[in-house]
Formats: sequence, structure tokens, C-alpha cells
Amino acid sequence: MLSARAACLFHAVFGGCWRTGVQLELYVLSVSGVSEKNPRHDLYFATQHEPVAHEQVSRRSRQCVRVTAGELLLISGEEPSLIAMAPGAMTRIAGMRALTAPSSTLARSLQRSCAARREMSRWSKVPLGPEDAILGVTVAYNHDPNPKKINLGVGAYRDDEGKPFVLESVRMAERILLEAENAMEYLPVAGDKTFVKNALKLAFGSECSAAPGFENFAGMQTLSGTGACRMGGELLARFYDAPDVYLPTPSWANHTPIFKDAGCTVKGYTYYDASTCGLDFKGMVADIEKMPPSSVVLLHACAHNPTGVDPSKAQWDQLSALMREKHLVPFFDMAYQGFTSGDADVDAYAPRKFLKDGHHMILAQSFSKNFGLYGHRVGCLSFACDSVAEAQAVESQLKILARPMYSNPPIHGVRVVNEILQEKTLESKWRLEMQGMAERITGMRMKLRSGLEARGSAKIWDHITSQNGMFCYSGLTPEQVGRLSTEWSVYLTKNGRISMAGVTSRSVEYLADAIHAVTK
Amino acid sequence: MAALWKAVPEAPADPILGVAAAFRADPSPNKVNLGVGAYRTEHGKPYVLPVVARVHRELLDDGVDHEYLPMEGYAPFISAAERVILGDAAAALREGRVASVQALSGTGSLRVAFEFLKRFYRPRAGAGDAGSLPKVYVPSPTWSNHRQIVPDAGLGDAVLYRYFNAKTHGVDFSGMCADLRAAPPGSVVLFHGCAHNPTGADPTMEQWVQLLDICKSGSLLPLFDNAYQGFASGDLNRDAASVRLFADAGIDLIITQSFAKNMGLYGERVGCLSVVMSSPCSPEIRTRVLSQLKLVVRPMYSSPPALGAKIAARILGEPGLFAEWNTELQKMSSRIYAMRVALRDRLIANGAPGSWQHVVDQIGMFSFTGLTPQQVAYMVEKHHIYLTSNGRISIAGLNPSNINYVADAMKDAIEAHPSGDASKL
Repeated sequence: MLSARAACLFHAVFGGCWRTGVQLELYVLSVSGVSEKNPRHDLYFATQHEPVAHEQVSRRSRQCVRVTAGELLLISGEEPSLIAMAPGAMTRIAGMRALTAPSSTLARSLQRSCAARREMSRWSKVPLGPEDAILGVTVAYNHDPNPKKINLGVGAYRDDEGKPFVLESVRMAERILLEAENAMEYLPVAGDKTFVKNALKLAFGSECSAAPGFENFAGMQTLSGTGACRMGGELLARFYDAPDVYLPTPSWANHTPIFKDAGCTVKGYTYYDASTCGLDFKGMVADIEKMPPSSVVLLHACAHNPTGVDPSKAQWDQLSALMREKHLVPFFDMAYQGFTSGDADVDAYAPRKFLKDGHHMILAQSFSKNFGLYGHRVGCLSFACDSVAEAQAVESQLKILARPMYSNPPIHGVRVVNEILQEKTLESKWRLEMQGMAERITGMRMKLRSGLEARGSAKIWDHITSQNGMFCYSGLTPEQVGRLSTEWSVYLTKNGRISMAGVTSRSVEYLADAIHAVTK
Repeated sequence: MAALWKAVPEAPADPILGVAAAFRADPSPNKVNLGVGAYRTEHGKPYVLPVVARVHRELLDDGVDHEYLPMEGYAPFISAAERVILGDAAAALREGRVASVQALSGTGSLRVAFEFLKRFYRPRAGAGDAGSLPKVYVPSPTWSNHRQIVPDAGLGDAVLYRYFNAKTHGVDFSGMCADLRAAPPGSVVLFHGCAHNPTGADPTMEQWVQLLDICKSGSLLPLFDNAYQGFASGDLNRDAASVRLFADAGIDLIITQSFAKNMGLYGERVGCLSVVMSSPCSPEIRTRVLSQLKLVVRPMYSSPPALGAKIAARILGEPGLFAEWNTELQKMSSRIYAMRVALRDRLIANGAPGSWQHVVDQIGMFSFTGLTPQQVAYMVEKHHIYLTSNGRISIAGLNPSNINYVADAMKDAIEAHPSGDASKL
């Protein structure tokens, strides 16, 4: 039987506990009946159901721990239960239910405090979200002490020293801006209008029929490519009758959650052919032919992420005609214009062709890679409309969507882009630097492929040089990827995607050794 | 091909931003913009805080790169932002009970917070019952965007609680308490930490103590929106007193911060969202909450903009820069206060009906003048003075060269369109 004093002490020890599967989480709210010399309290617990008499506890208990206030205990077992002991007394708690305390008052007060505790922890049911796959690669890379380690997960350009690269033209533009001492005022909700025009000019060329005013375009500055896709998806979900968005298989991993969170239904179409490490054009066409009219089809304008596999010009022409015939809406995601071939006009072939062919297309542009402005979140979203009135209506709704999301977009990055694109020498310099980045990547592709072939690899490695842009879809299996990290300290994502930007002249031979070793 | 976007209707102009657009379009040389809430100098110019300009230059000189920030933002900024609002000695920080992400200024922080709540907060969930979405309570009136952010995050329309007493131009405290007491347990309650927008009327510390009690009794989840810390009184600690009172009580709390006004970083979109978890809180829960906040962020904008956060982090983190910034805050808030006094004095001097004491009693960037929509329209049309139709003026838009003009115009407007209730003014 619990003495009154013991009951009080016990109450003080247990503030709350609940069951989660086969684990019992226990927070010790406070501990009383302890002295300064001995501020902790013995807590015995065992995993059995039947009440155990006091005298038997020390014999039958499996574990004993000394607890103090504020501690969290995690007790696991098949059917965990607790036997707690205050001096001279004991009782038992199993989760929140069976409380076999001799005193009903104690039982009620313990239940109340447990319930109160549970209600106060509003976040206890929040599940752990999955870790970002790409981030995991970098984390593992950082932990590896091997001096030869290579990080091929990074989605940002690196110079031949493996260092982040800030373009000289960007630095120069920033200096000019600093001297002008502009305030960091709010931009309008749709962002900087000059930037939007510059972005559209870059995408479609200054000779296209819509230039220079692009009045039939609804345009908005966005938070890089992610923001552009998200705002496009939000508008589709809100106003468009058929907000099904078809993504290529595979696509950038973030596309799916972006469009889902925007409220669209996400579907897939055939794209990559694993047997050739190239494009399954027939499969792609077959899937497109089956799409219901008005479906939205997301297309990577160039340097498909993650595969690097792009349709040829002739194939783009075919796709444009097919999509017109089927009344489908092209949604271009262009994150690597200029970065792919080194020539911004060449890389924009597909969106320009589609515009010429009269599609009501949507275009998401990112300026992260081609201007190296990653952290500044520079992007543009545009809709090709039939009329100025229509463009204004769409733009007004985009603003309604953006205002309660972030109010207005960041100013620094677009000022840099404007500065560069509006000044002839800066623009030329930028184009040269972009070419330099693209050429370094192409160079590494060639070195890697020839390195593997020189090592007598039996596999075909053509795709290393036929794929475009920052990424190479190597064809490596998850198992081979695993071996690369454990045996060679070479880190890439499980799908075999290699960021060629992470390859340098110094590391390419080692990389060839590594890939050859795990694939022979 | 048929126009695909025909179904998209033209949207109405934003009430606040529409004012700025109208102002820009006005050719009158006398025009005054008392609309948008951005600080202006005594010469009516945007203000770059010298400490901000210097740190920006330093960053360029140091060759700081432009790499992606992580999804959760710039770590030095986040910990500094947490400390500036909660205080260096905050138990919540010491005990690891705060999960924070950098976000796009106040708007972005609020949106991420509400999206998170929509996904995971079900206050009335019992065993086997999914529970329904929480109600979100906002003061009446409040920043208009609050009432768009809440539904866009999927939480339905925000519910208004009584806040402003138009007769006294102050807080309707009994109405506020009654409405909050009637709120369903677990409801989210949005408070303005200081310098309430648009009224400038704040509860007293004694009233905050009572509000804390109401929240505790009702298991309400307070969400403090802090857009003016330091900017309101010139004293960062004083402006954070309400937030710290609640945080020190050890309850669940959500905090959003904007550094747009107090650092003049408007266009760089610098903000922070903190989920402060009640004690006790295991590190595991914090990790889980943070992971879910990141999952809201990634499909929205991937990672926040870097520049403003790096500037803010240096200023908050280096004692010399921090002191300089404090001085700047005092300068800005003093100028605002001086304009309040000058406006009140001129209104009394020119005989505008009313006592105008509220112009001085209200705090922060805005004053709820009491002007009716009719009187406001008159101000715009006849005097080319732009303000929102609810009578809110941005005191920052006042300066020695336009204050008499504005005061006289207000008198003219009141006399041209009497509201029939002089006590209201």
C-alpha cells in the first residue's frame, strides 16, 4: 500500500509518459524527496505486466536508472511497463492506460498530468521528414578524411580547383551597383519589370516577333527556377481546368513536390532509356500521343536534369508539331541556358521553336547556374498569351498568388543581371565566362570518357560525352555507387548521377580508375 | 489555337500597393506618399543604414561567394535572429527548444509557419481521430496580407478578434480578452509583437500578462509577428518584451521576424521563423519539426536569398556593428516620434477637430488617424496625399517640408466631409 507521503513523492517523479510502439518515452518533470547531496532519484523499471510487490522489485527488475528532473528516458521492450519506486512504495504505469495505483486519487492525478503533458507537446506527432538525397551525399563527403575524395553530388559549378566560382562579370556588376549606393527597396510583387524583359529577350532572342516589348507575355520575377515552377503550378491549379502536369521520367527530384504542393496532379511520361543511356524518343512520343488535350507537359529546354539527355533539333521540331496537334501545353524549365553548349542562343532552340510555332507556352527560367547567382534566387516565369489583356489578367493573378507567399522577390540578383545584360562589354564578358564554364565541363566529359576507354573498360561510355550540361547519368547501379563511396571516396547520388562540375583535371584520372574498378 | 488563359480573370489591385501605384502616376508636385510602410529620411528619401552599406561592401571586398544557402538558411543569421528576439539568456535557446528557418521576410516566415501548421497541427485530435484544422485568430484590424496568407496556406479564413477601439484609438482590451477566451482550445492566435500594423496601438505589459494567462488557460498557440523590433521604441529589448514574456512562460509559441524595416533590408527579404517548443522537449522533436519546415521550403523556393542574411548576421554578430545598428534604430524611431509630435501639434494649432493625442500615443511606423474613407478619398483627390482608405498613414512619409501641408489637408478633409463624430478623432 502506498503511504500518503510516498504517493506524493511518486507523483512528483512522474509527470507524463505515453506509448509509441514498443518504446516508452518518459519525461521526468521534477523529482522531490531528494537532497542536495543526492539530487537524483532511483527509478526501477521492468518489462512485465503483473503488479509486483515492493519486496520483489529489486529481484525482478531488469534495469535501474537514476533520474533527475528534465530527463528523457527511452525505454524499449516488447511490452514495456514501468515499475517506479519511491522510497517505501511502488506502483506501475503502462503507457497511458493501465494505471494500477492503489490510490484512485493518485491514479487520477497522474492521468491528468500525463494528459496535460501530452496536450502541451503539440509537436510530438510530427514525423521525421526524409533527408534530402543530394545533401546526404555532401554530408558523407564532408565526413570522409581521404584526401583523394571527390564530391560529385554538387549541383553548382566548380572551377578546375574544385572551388565555387564567382563570375568576374558578376563581381564587376556588383561593384558598379555598390558605387551607385542603391537602397534595398521593395520590388513590386511581380518583381523588376526590366529584368523580366531582359530574361525574355535572353530566352527568346531579340529578333523574335514578340521582342522587344513582349507585351503578350505575362511575366514575373521568381525565386529562381523553383519559384518559377511553383508559381506556374499554383496558377494552373487555381485557374486551369486540367492541372495535370506531366513530368519526364526521371526528372529533377524537386519537380514532383513543387507541383504537388502547388495543387497539381503529377504524372509521368517516358523519357530516359536506361539501355542506351539516351532518349527513348519513341516511348516519349507514344506517351505524349496518349495525353488528354490541354495537359501540361514539362520539358527541360536543355541539359535535362538528371540525365543530361536532350532531344535533337529534329526531335524538338517533331515534338512541337505533335503537341500542337494534341493541344498540349508546353511548360519549359530552362535552368541551363548558355551553360549547356556555351551558347545561350543554341541552348534556347526548343523554347524559341515552340514560340515560333504558336504554342501557349509557359517558361520557367533560372539564372543560378549561367550567372552563378545560386544563392540570390534569380528566376523568371512567363506565359505566352494571346493578347495584352490576357497577359495582364494572368499577371494580376500571379501577383495575388505571390503576395501571400513572399510578398515580393529579392532585389540584388536581378540588379546584377540587369547590369550585365544592359552593358555591352559586361554582357560579352559574361558570355565568354559562360562559354568557359561549359567548355571546362565538356573537357572533363571527354577526359573521363577517354580515361575509361584507355583503361580498357568493356562498357560503352559514349553517353558521357553525348549527354549535355552539368550532369552525367552514368548508368552505375546503386551497388556500384555504394562501392565508389566506400572503396574510393567518390560520392554521387544513388541514381548514378554524376555532377561533372565536381570533376577537375587533377581528379579525373582517379575518377576513371574508380569507375573502371567498380564496373569491370 | 484558342487562348488558354481566357478563364483567368483580372484580379483586383492590392489595397496597400495600389496606393503606391496611384502615387507614382500622379504628376502633382505637392504629392505626398503616406502609403507603403518603408522608412523615409527627413528628405523623403529611402534610407540605406550606413552600417548596412558598409557591411555589404565588406562582403564584396571579402570575396564572399554566391553559393546556395541550405534550405533552412544561413546558420549564423538564424542563431543571431533567435537571440535578438528571445534574448541571449533565453531558456528556450539554452534548452534547445527552438527550431528555426530563415525565410523571405515576414511574409515568407508567416507562410511557412501556416503551411507547417496546416500539415501537422490538429489541436483537437484524440485517439483515432484525425482532428480538424485549427482556427487562426487575427486582430481586427490587421495587416491585410495576414488575411490572405492564412487561407492560401490552407487554413481557411482567419477569424477576427476585437482589437482596436475606434473611439479611444487604442486597444479594446476587454473585447480582445472576451474573444480570445471564447476561442476553441488550441486555436492559433496571431499577435503583433509591437507597433501593431495598421493601428500603432499596442497592449501594455500588464495586458500582455493577462493575455498570456488567457492563452495558457485556453491552450491557445500564440504566433508573434515581429516586423518592427527596435524600430518601434528604438530599444530592441523593449520591443521584444511581449514575445519574451510568452517564451519565458515555457509554452509553445511561434515567432516570425522581419528585418525589412529595422535594417532597411526590404528588398533582400530577410526574415526568420521560429517554432519555440514547450518544455520539456526532446532534441528528437526539434529535429523532426525542422525536417518538416524544410519540406515546406524546398518545393516553394528551395533555399532563401543569401545576401541580406549575410549582412544581418554580421551586424547582429559583431558587437561594434551591433552597437552602430542600435544607434541607427534610435535615430529612425526618434525621427518618427518627432513627426508624430509635430503632426499632433500642427493639427491642434490649425484647429482640426479632435484631440489628436492618439497620433503621439500610437507607436511605430503607422498611425490610424481616424479619417473616414470619404475623407481619405478627398485627401487623395484634392491634396494629392496618398494613404490607405482605412485612414492609416505611414509616419515615415512625413518630414518637416510636408508636415504642415498634410496636417492642413487633414483638417480640410475633416471639415469637407464631417464624420459626425468629433470624438472619433
